[in-house]
Amino acid sequence: MKADNERIVVPRPRHFKRDAIILGVTALIVGSAWFAGFDLGRIIMNFSKGGRLLGRMFLRPDWGYAPRIVDPLIETIRMSIVGTVWGAALALPVAVFAANNFIRNPWIAQPLRVILNITRSVPAMVMASVFVAVFGIGPFSGVLALIIFTFGLISKLTFESIEAIDYGQVEALLAVGANKPSILRYAIMPQILPQFLSYTLYGLEINVRAAAVLGYVGAGGIGQIFEQNLAWRNFDRVGLIIIISFFVVLAIDLVSSAIRKRLV
Amino acid sequence: MTDSKAVRIIVKKRLNPLKLVYGIINYGGLAALVIWGSSGIEYLGLMQSARGTLEALFRGFTHPDMSYLLNMSRDGLPFAIVETVAIAIAGTFASALLSIPVALLASQNIVGDKVSKLGKFIVTAVRTFPELILALIFISIVGPGAPAGILAIGIHSVGMLAKLFSEAIESMDMGVKEALDSCGATPMEVLFRAMLPEVSPEFISYTLYRFEINVRAAATLGLVGAGGIGAPLIFAIRSRVWPRVGIIMIAMIAVVTLIDIISGKLRKRLV
Repeated sequence: MKADNERIVVPRPRHFKRDAIILGVTALIVGSAWFAGFDLGRIIMNFSKGGRLLGRMFLRPDWGYAPRIVDPLIETIRMSIVGTVWGAALALPVAVFAANNFIRNPWIAQPLRVILNITRSVPAMVMASVFVAVFGIGPFSGVLALIIFTFGLISKLTFESIEAIDYGQVEALLAVGANKPSILRYAIMPQILPQFLSYTLYGLEINVRAAAVLGYVGAGGIGQIFEQNLAWRNFDRVGLIIIISFFVVLAIDLVSSAIRKRLV
Repeated sequence: MTDSKAVRIIVKKRLNPLKLVYGIINYGGLAALVIWGSSGIEYLGLMQSARGTLEALFRGFTHPDMSYLLNMSRDGLPFAIVETVAIAIAGTFASALLSIPVALLASQNIVGDKVSKLGKFIVTAVRTFPELILALIFISIVGPGAPAGILAIGIHSVGMLAKLFSEAIESMDMGVKEALDSCGATPMEVLFRAMLPEVSPEFISYTLYRFEINVRAAATLGLVGAGGIGAPLIFAIRSRVWPRVGIIMIAMIAVVTLIDIISGKLRKRLV
């Protein structure tokens, strides 16, 4: 006779597909780490060296150098503001044409989307280094890269917002016989403007970070003196530049995200 | 009776002085900001010298260096592309693993108000630290090459992934967790049997999204010597070999777009 307290064994369901996916993903990750020569042992071995370096950077930064980095820092902020504003200004009209619910002409929307995809798939740093070769060293190349990158980013986010608007207002305007510009002005714009402003601020946050490092390839801003000091192995100055730009970026981030929370 | 003509109803807008002041402050401030920003940057005198280079650049794009694309050795383009993607995969995976404990520390419904505020601040701080600077620091620690890129991406991505993860944890259904708690499950059992299964679709979706970003980042990091396609690109740009710049940029756009499409499809199926 069976005991009353015998365990009930529920056979586990088999997940061949799931197991195969997990195995495949694991193989992909391990393979990638192996291909890239990732060696955890060697990295841990090098940590004392890294600790010494970080100590030279951050424990005794060269505070006397601080006045010299004010101008490049201001240039960085200028670059990111100009890049964001022009990128966003170009993005708004393009987003209207790229959305498939306003113009409804795939011959306009699709090519625009391809262009937007291309601008977003080239990183800002890469664009900046090409522009430095073309237009020379200086903030102009950096601003150009930021404008193009911001334009691609904000256009995409905005046309997705346009496609997701509430149709009730458009229908109400159609019912009273409004034409396309009126629909744009009174139904679409009021709905997407807060989101558009929020995306613009988001773009500014990204651009401040990007502008801080663009100088590394010669595209102006604080990255340029960062690169010089790193090349001269002035680690105490490098540490100071990192610390100060960290706090400036953090401050801009906090202000911008506080505004964004109130917008949307 | 009034006449048959339709009478236009005119609604007069009343001018609100407070609103006007707000408008002047907002738009005036924005305009001032743009003017102040633009004034520091020189624009003129660049175009003349740039014209020849621009033409050469376009010729490079229309006549890309095909032999480089077909070069299967370590110096060829295929190797650089695979290395870039490998850096992105390994870095993203490392950051996803690191992000889970950090996200738990930043979630208000797991560790309470005070600890989660501290956790959130740490996450913001990590996000603020530029990837490129991390890469440069790691290059001076482990030497130039792909491992430095993996470390930089792995740490920087925690800033975004842990934030998204903790938002997923904070908005999850606590019923399953409470059910397990009431059965007397240990905290580890609650974590692995209730919480992670509940949030894993969102976690995987965010990780894939970050992977798309990290492919671009891995392409960028090579510019400073952290492995991947950026290194041959910056050499080609500095030595002005435009056909090679052309083929690298075209390959980069193709790979990034392809990965975006695949990852986007996967994400749509997940959530």
